[in-house]
Amino acid sequence: MTNRFLPTIHGRLRELVRGTVLVIVAATVFAYGADIQLLNVSYDPTRELYVDFNKAFASYWKEKTGQNVTIEQSHGGAGKQARAVIDGLEADVVTLALAYDISAIAEKAKLLPEDWQSRLPHNSAPYTSTIVFLVRKGNPKGIRDWSDLVKPGIEVITPNPKTSGGARWNYLAAWAYVLEQELGDLEKLHDPQFSEDVKKAEAKARDFVAALLKNVPVLDSGARGSTTTFVQRGIGDVFLSWENEAFLAVNELGPDKFEIILPSLSILAEPPVTVVDRNAKKHGTLEVAQAYLEYLYSPEGQRLAAKHFYRPVNPESADPADLARFPEVELVTIDNVFGGWKNAQETHFNDGGVFDEIYAPAG
Amino acid sequence: MAGQITSSMGVAAPRIKAATSEPWWVRLALTGLAILFLASFLMVPLLAVFTEALRKGIQAYFESFREPAAFSAIKLTLLVAGISVPLNLIFGLAASWALAKFQFRGRSVLITLIDLPFAVSPVISGLVYVLLFGLQGWLGPWLSDRDIQIIFAVPGIVLATIFVTFPFVARELIPLMQEQGTEDEQAALTLGASGWQTFWRVTLPNVKWALLYGVILCNARAMGEFGAVSVVSGHIRGKTNTLPLHVEILYNEYNFVAAFAVASLLTLLALVTLVLKAIVEKRAHAASAA
Amino acid sequence: MSGRWKAHSVLPGFGLTLGYTVVYLSLIVLIPLAALFAKSATMGWAEFWQAVTAPRVVASYKLTFGASFVAAAVNIVFGFITAWVLVRYRFPGKRVIDGMVDLPFALPTAVSGIALTTIYSQNGWIGQYLEPLGIKTAFSPLGICIALTFIGLPFVVRTLQPALADLDKELEEAAASLGATRWKTFLRVLLPPLVPPILTGFALAFARAIGEYGSVVFISGNMPMRTEITSLLIITKLEQYDYAGATAIAAVMLVASFALLLLINLLQWWSVRRYQGGVA
Repeated sequence: MTNRFLPTIHGRLRELVRGTVLVIVAATVFAYGADIQLLNVSYDPTRELYVDFNKAFASYWKEKTGQNVTIEQSHGGAGKQARAVIDGLEADVVTLALAYDISAIAEKAKLLPEDWQSRLPHNSAPYTSTIVFLVRKGNPKGIRDWSDLVKPGIEVITPNPKTSGGARWNYLAAWAYVLEQELGDLEKLHDPQFSEDVKKAEAKARDFVAALLKNVPVLDSGARGSTTTFVQRGIGDVFLSWENEAFLAVNELGPDKFEIILPSLSILAEPPVTVVDRNAKKHGTLEVAQAYLEYLYSPEGQRLAAKHFYRPVNPESADPADLARFPEVELVTIDNVFGGWKNAQETHFNDGGVFDEIYAPAG
Repeated sequence: MAGQITSSMGVAAPRIKAATSEPWWVRLALTGLAILFLASFLMVPLLAVFTEALRKGIQAYFESFREPAAFSAIKLTLLVAGISVPLNLIFGLAASWALAKFQFRGRSVLITLIDLPFAVSPVISGLVYVLLFGLQGWLGPWLSDRDIQIIFAVPGIVLATIFVTFPFVARELIPLMQEQGTEDEQAALTLGASGWQTFWRVTLPNVKWALLYGVILCNARAMGEFGAVSVVSGHIRGKTNTLPLHVEILYNEYNFVAAFAVASLLTLLALVTLVLKAIVEKRAHAASAA
Repeated sequence: MSGRWKAHSVLPGFGLTLGYTVVYLSLIVLIPLAALFAKSATMGWAEFWQAVTAPRVVASYKLTFGASFVAAAVNIVFGFITAWVLVRYRFPGKRVIDGMVDLPFALPTAVSGIALTTIYSQNGWIGQYLEPLGIKTAFSPLGICIALTFIGLPFVVRTLQPALADLDKELEEAAASLGATRWKTFLRVLLPPLVPPILTGFALAFARAIGEYGSVVFISGNMPMRTEITSLLIITKLEQYDYAGATAIAAVMLVASFALLLLINLLQWWSVRRYQGGVA
């Protein structure tokens, strides 16, 4: 009986080894395509936008140059995506949630010049967004503004600011709201005459954000995780969300279930885009990568951005019906209130920063 | 003396029977408890996957697999398992021969090292390859200059999978081979067989069921690994997403039906694994009884 | 074996197979792990110590080890009952139940994660009944325990099953014939030889649980200080570009895993010796 079994195992093993070698060879051949390939590494909520935009750009490029271009997409939390690029994910372009993450790529991996943000108009952000509140239909808890979020018994959903770009915008918007409430005028931040007031206001802001974070029951690592928690799991009364993400949730998952509330003040979120020079040069895709990003600023690109609920920087080329969806809101900028991303990051989100202190155990 | 015991047992037989097994109500309670625990703990998640997957009907379910990204995820998963399982199989055979048939110093440390990937967080398993092959890692710049992609490409995913499934085949073989001892092999050698012949004709048939068992477990883990692969994949849609990663992506795209549909495919795979395993166990039992 | 490194054997192939084993092990496991230690060594000792003992990190160890301990303990109780029932009783559907025990092992962790979250979240199948009772399962330490119990179960049952099957029936009969009650027989005769496999099963489930990631991240809620497991913290550190910090914590986890495994192997060795020496 043993002898009968032997040749089969022997033969199978040989087959297995042969099969493996074939598969490896096939995979290597498969990796070399004939067309131009572009890898766009992006953050969580841009999936739908780039699915549309990539199609539009591919046909534009085909018409212009006759070349076939396929754009590959990678999405995830902004921090994770930037880290992957730093570690060697060979993105030709990155389209991330905040400038800080792209600067990290420039600084740590030297894949692009540090002045990358001045290479394209509007701080390299072809579209902007802001932070809004998504609440359950009928707004049962009567949430109107930031001050409602710290009330006892209100459950707030936001991702973790340590790992999610969107969450950092949430946090900073809340902080800016308190400063504005306390100071009346944010210009006082830049006036040494009011430095005492500013200090007091910042202490208030810190308490406010701490109280807000106390009302957060789940801290997902990315914006999409939080949306799922709020929408699918039914947890929380209010979800601090990207405006585009909130629109998408309402449209995709139920206009009868959610509504969007605009706070009295929010922050101007500028998700920037740039070419990763070293990777693009290596792949010989510099030209098409640049054209890809410039196309975001074109009328067609702007139209698609507005269609997918991003506020276009050149609204004139967008569909007025799409634009009508964006209500007016007072938006502060990160440069004005926080002195730019580098400062905001160091003060608030780095290890040992304000966020960590808020979460540190009492005593 | 033996007779004495038998006779005394004969007298007390009814009492002993009662005393070597539990009263019916204890048995019923324990059985009920075990079934309830396993059902609520194991069956419910299983049902949940299929219910969610079929929420929008059978058509939406099959629609989920027609997408090219799902198709390429299936292909990649098969490719990765197809490479890593045979490599770990060869390793398992070599390691168990060295560790089970010979006594030497440092043997138990070596066994523990082989076990290590079992207890290491998959996050760490992925991280170590990033540290080695990442652009900021030891070999990264050298590889980048030569245009060789390890992480964020198929080789990195394969490496991480090999790491995670490393001990399974070896772990099944070592205890069995140890138990079987070396007498059969010694006899074969004395009769003039060569080392290879002894291995192919004596050792391998003796452990074939355990080997198959290890391969099944190894394969199940290889196809299902999430954490380690997630760290080294780069998540390029249609290119470096394995099935478990594709589940996560669909989930994040609010495409819950498709996410659970792909998850159900993996669940079916798990069930097939369990059935295969049961068959192998039964055969192995029959073989050892024969 | 005294004095010599390797006991004499007539079998060939020791050099070849051991060489291959060591080379493959080094390439796949040891060198990459060495990279981890090398990276964490780029920090000074003080810095390393600070990174691995920061309050948030310590809280994550407590949670990871605590929840793993609870999960392993629960598994010992229910795993023992399951193994006992499967070995000793006959009932319809036994084969299916026996096969199902391995499900958590065969099921990809990500699938377990989303399935468990779907069931235990506050609008889930089971969660909706627990929520009104004030029991929060998903997104709380309890949820983590559930996920870890789920993945650890097969290890306990599969370690105990052969040990239970191997129990000497005659000892049991002897105890009974000497007038011991069933409960006493269980405690005094059946349980003692089962202690090593119980400990092994516990340690296996525990070791598996502290390394678990895929199924836990979906259900944990990821709150710093409260429901953030160590594996997740490593990822979080990485995403903040803090490679040294991430590797430092990873190194601590790695040493803990290695120590646990060594303990398991010692336990097994002890149990084999005990078994061969007969039960005292």
